[in-house]
Amino acid sequence: MSDSTTSPAIVSLRGITKRFGTSVVAVDAVSLDIAEGEFFALLGPSGCGKTTLLRMIAGFEHPSAGAIAIDGEDMTGVDPNRRPVNMVFQSYAVFPHLTVARNVGYGLKVTGVPKPEIDARVAEALSLVQLEHLAERMPDQLSGGQKQRVALARALVKRPRVLLLDEPLSALDAKLREAMRLELVRLQQSVGITFVIVTHDQNEALSMADRIAMMEAGKVRQIAPPAELYEFPNCRFVADFIGKMNLFEARVAGAEGDRVVVEAEGLGRIALPHRSAASGEIGIAVRPEKLRIGDAEPGADRVRLRGRVVEVAYYGDESHVFLDAGTKTMIVANLPNEARSTRPRVAIGDALWISWDPADTLVLAE
Amino acid sequence: MTATATKALAPPRAQRRRRDRAGPLEYTRRRWLQIVILANFVFLYFPIVSLIAFSFNDSKRNITWQGFTLKYYVKAFNNTALHEAFGHSMIIATTSTLVSTVLGAALGLALYRYRFPGKGPFEGWVHLPIMIPEVSMGVAMLAFFARVDLPLGLFTITVSHIAFSIPFVAVVARARMAGFDHALEEASRDLGATEWQTFWNVTFPYMVPGIVAGALLAFTLSLDDFVITFFTSGPGSTTFPIKIYSMVRFSVTPEVNAASTVLIVITLTLTVTAMVIQSRMGRKPRA
Repeated sequence: MSDSTTSPAIVSLRGITKRFGTSVVAVDAVSLDIAEGEFFALLGPSGCGKTTLLRMIAGFEHPSAGAIAIDGEDMTGVDPNRRPVNMVFQSYAVFPHLTVARNVGYGLKVTGVPKPEIDARVAEALSLVQLEHLAERMPDQLSGGQKQRVALARALVKRPRVLLLDEPLSALDAKLREAMRLELVRLQQSVGITFVIVTHDQNEALSMADRIAMMEAGKVRQIAPPAELYEFPNCRFVADFIGKMNLFEARVAGAEGDRVVVEAEGLGRIALPHRSAASGEIGIAVRPEKLRIGDAEPGADRVRLRGRVVEVAYYGDESHVFLDAGTKTMIVANLPNEARSTRPRVAIGDALWISWDPADTLVLAE
Repeated sequence: MTATATKALAPPRAQRRRRDRAGPLEYTRRRWLQIVILANFVFLYFPIVSLIAFSFNDSKRNITWQGFTLKYYVKAFNNTALHEAFGHSMIIATTSTLVSTVLGAALGLALYRYRFPGKGPFEGWVHLPIMIPEVSMGVAMLAFFARVDLPLGLFTITVSHIAFSIPFVAVVARARMAGFDHALEEASRDLGATEWQTFWNVTFPYMVPGIVAGALLAFTLSLDDFVITFFTSGPGSTTFPIKIYSMVRFSVTPEVNAASTVLIVITLTLTVTAMVIQSRMGRKPRA
């Protein structure tokens, strides 16, 4: 479903740039294709231009340069009301003076759909989001989660080619947010419409999307499926933004076949598997959950160093152990709390071995 | 078992003995503050209450209470000059309210929606009539009408009432829009509505409470305006407040009190209506 080479692109961005005033470049020469039926996420910190990009697809902002095509048609100069996309707003933007049913039917009414058809499609859309019983309620009688369902139904009833979602879960509380993630995925699969979601929450993007475009400062840094983005980030920014990462400054000392030999701070001279060429100052990184810590000395085939426990943060399902190994930044290791016990597995002050498989090490040239 | 049950049912001793003391921020439960509030009420409303009370006084000079009567109401209702003045006031108030509401609401919306060069000074300039002393405005109006050779009368009064009402309507309309979520308009456009449809289906319904409140404000302002009206009225265009003033100059009979009471009742009714409408409609949109 997510394979963009076989499915036709439903949204195609070519060299999209958006400037505000003369100095601010919100979106900088972004080109990407979103495949039909895909759940696509635009992920990035606030101010990275992801919302501006979404608003340009919706037609609320005009690109300063570049072209947007939706379903093969150029959208330059096409007003938002004439685009085959619909949007779920961050504030939901549920019309406060209309009932739930009239909110959902609004988009059909203003475009002249006959009344019997409106009623049928509204009922269908409301059942899709399980709100049939609230059809006659006013928006101020709804909870945040219910308002969001209204916004979803209101957009889906238009049968758009693409549904745009601007931070749809950010206003919900934590428990509901998690439930809504699963529900959005279920909804997307059942209606088969392309979803484009904007989020700053990596967990949201990783758990829902088929592919993620990671943005920074108006540029797309990497487009990849979640697992690839997590395990094979292409630069320090992506590695650091997604999940946690232990970063070491290193220097390329040579190459041995498909391995690169680096001289890293605190680690000495190590050989790491790396496909492409690298030279000069680089970063090497490893995820906290890939680390093993313990008293026993690990084998020489593992990357290893010694450290002292400085802090232990308990999260219930796992503990994050912070170790001082004499490197510039503290090393973090995730320790799953596998056995049922209130006794901590490591104590502050413990001197332990830290090790990991060289194959789990990332070489970050950028 | 029984002992613990009785113990649990009995109210705590402290609660039985005394009512809990006022908390540190419960100012309204302090005796001295209650007295100050009461004094304020008396100071503000005693003159009005006595005005209304003495409209029922059966005395021509209206200095001491002589007994209850409704005859001065009857007299006021039969006073054709007073009738005529009231008619004038209603015509002026209605016309100026209609015009100033449309213009003021449009102005308020424009000030909310658009950013343009010189907006700051423009806004200040729009609000100026609210702050300018009425006397100055009256004189200015009079000078203007004299310059353009417009005979003073109902028309000139109406024009000046429109002029001073617009800023009030604009301020109220704009304040209403301050809580408006712009995404509502975008959502409407996104769902296929044109700009025109979006205005009438989404923006306007949201503005209505502000427009109604602004209109009622304009109406009451026009109805009891004295100073500006005094400068811009001509022969045969006496309004209700001016008529009452001229009656007072001859003698303060209960008839004046009766006429004033009627004016108070009208203004009060409109204001209360405005407040009720605003609170009822304001509650719903604030989702």
